[in-house]
Amino acid sequence: MNPLAVLGRTVLAALAAIGRIALFGADAVSHLMRPPYYTREFAAQLLNIGWLSLPVVGLTAVFTGGALALQIYAGGSRFNAEAVVPQIVAVGMVRELGPVLVGLMIAARVTSSIAAEIATMKVTEQIDALVTLSTHPMKYLTVPRVLAAVLVVPFLVGVGDIIGIFGGYAVSTGTLGFNAAAYINNTVNFLEPHDVYSSLTKGAVFGFCAALMGCYHGMNSGRGAMGVGRATKSAVEGAAILILAANFVLTGVFFTL
Amino acid sequence: MIRMEGIHKSFGSNHVLRGLDLNIPKGTSMVIIGGSGTGKSIALKCVLGLVTQDRGEIFVDGKNAADTTDRDAFLARFGMLFQGAALFDSLPVWQNVAFRLLRGTLKRPRDEARAIAVEKLRRVGLKEDVADRFPAELSGGMQKRVGLARAIAAEPEIIFFDEPTTGLDPIMSGVINDLIREIVEEMGATAMTITHDMTSVRAIADNIAMLHEGIIQWTGPVAEMDSCGNPYLEQFINGRAEGPIEAVR
Repeated sequence: MNPLAVLGRTVLAALAAIGRIALFGADAVSHLMRPPYYTREFAAQLLNIGWLSLPVVGLTAVFTGGALALQIYAGGSRFNAEAVVPQIVAVGMVRELGPVLVGLMIAARVTSSIAAEIATMKVTEQIDALVTLSTHPMKYLTVPRVLAAVLVVPFLVGVGDIIGIFGGYAVSTGTLGFNAAAYINNTVNFLEPHDVYSSLTKGAVFGFCAALMGCYHGMNSGRGAMGVGRATKSAVEGAAILILAANFVLTGVFFTL
Repeated sequence: MIRMEGIHKSFGSNHVLRGLDLNIPKGTSMVIIGGSGTGKSIALKCVLGLVTQDRGEIFVDGKNAADTTDRDAFLARFGMLFQGAALFDSLPVWQNVAFRLLRGTLKRPRDEARAIAVEKLRRVGLKEDVADRFPAELSGGMQKRVGLARAIAAEPEIIFFDEPTTGLDPIMSGVINDLIREIVEEMGATAMTITHDMTSVRAIADNIAMLHEGIIQWTGPVAEMDSCGNPYLEQFINGRAEGPIEAVR
């Protein structure tokens, strides 16, 4: 077996997969621009992706914010910079950890659920049934999920940012001896509108990636239980990688260019 | 009504359909029989456009299906009962039945759509209390009935039945076969059924077509089935291991 041939085939397969996902995404966006719109399905997805994700987002953010405060305090104390805890927690949560953690939690919770649901629908011929009932699967299944994720994940990121900062505040004022009023004052004064915009924009992009990967892998799943399992696994892996890659690009765009 | 000419379909090196020709006159019930994996469902899905044939043409009412510009209007002429019923498990039974009536070009007010769904459920022998249940709460036979109610809800001209009795006990199979026959006659619809259940064939068919090795080996009225002398059909009807159809042991 020629190792170069194997490498070549792998690269070509990866590029082909990226191309298929890009075309699927473009198709989803084009359907988003044209009626009919299924408002009930869209509302159900807003509830499922947004409201029902709040507990996991909140818990993830509060523990991360608390741990971040402890780490910054411990690290800062090596060069007498313990006082920067409020500022670093705020900027760390809002610019980076809030959007990324919410994105990854959405990938775990929502992408997997979308992929498994759509893949099961494919295996049980429900998608064929949709077509015979004059309903385009892209409009009925993909558009409501992608649109709901794009709109609601920024909201979740905002909530995650606030709860994460609160986690840092609780640990700092409760165990590290920070003054509560000074902590809030430092946090508010340090954050800039640009930080918040970038956080929410990242949320929208991550929501798009998470829902799109769930729909793509669900629609293209193989047969049987193994096909559904593979589709779910590939969707979560793909969404996580896409979110982290998009985060790198967006961070570059927002904060270095 | 439906004419299929020289349909070819391959999946990689697997040549499923190799020039299938079939004609289904208006208002008749055609049953396609054949072993598992012979391409019966693929043929049916080609008509609906769920699978695109590699070669060949399909005509519905003399018009080439490939030239259809208004796909919604084209599909609105069809109803289909899927092998596993293919009910949407996130929706209650009545919304499954009235799916086409709740959206798209055939959209009706919600109350009216529900009333039609309940009426169709009654037609297939289900009571109104089933309407608000979810598909997962129903038995296999009830799911088939709901699937049948959904197939006829919009009063289609053409109804497809994919393995309508698979997975059902003989009594429930008989009930479903009778329902299909009654409904098709009552609506004057053109029906195309896929099955390998010979009881269904005798109950549902006006005409049958035997599909093997990607082509129709024999087609004709069901009354001539037993005396046709076609070796493929005879082997299939009698369930013999010996004959032109290779049986893998």
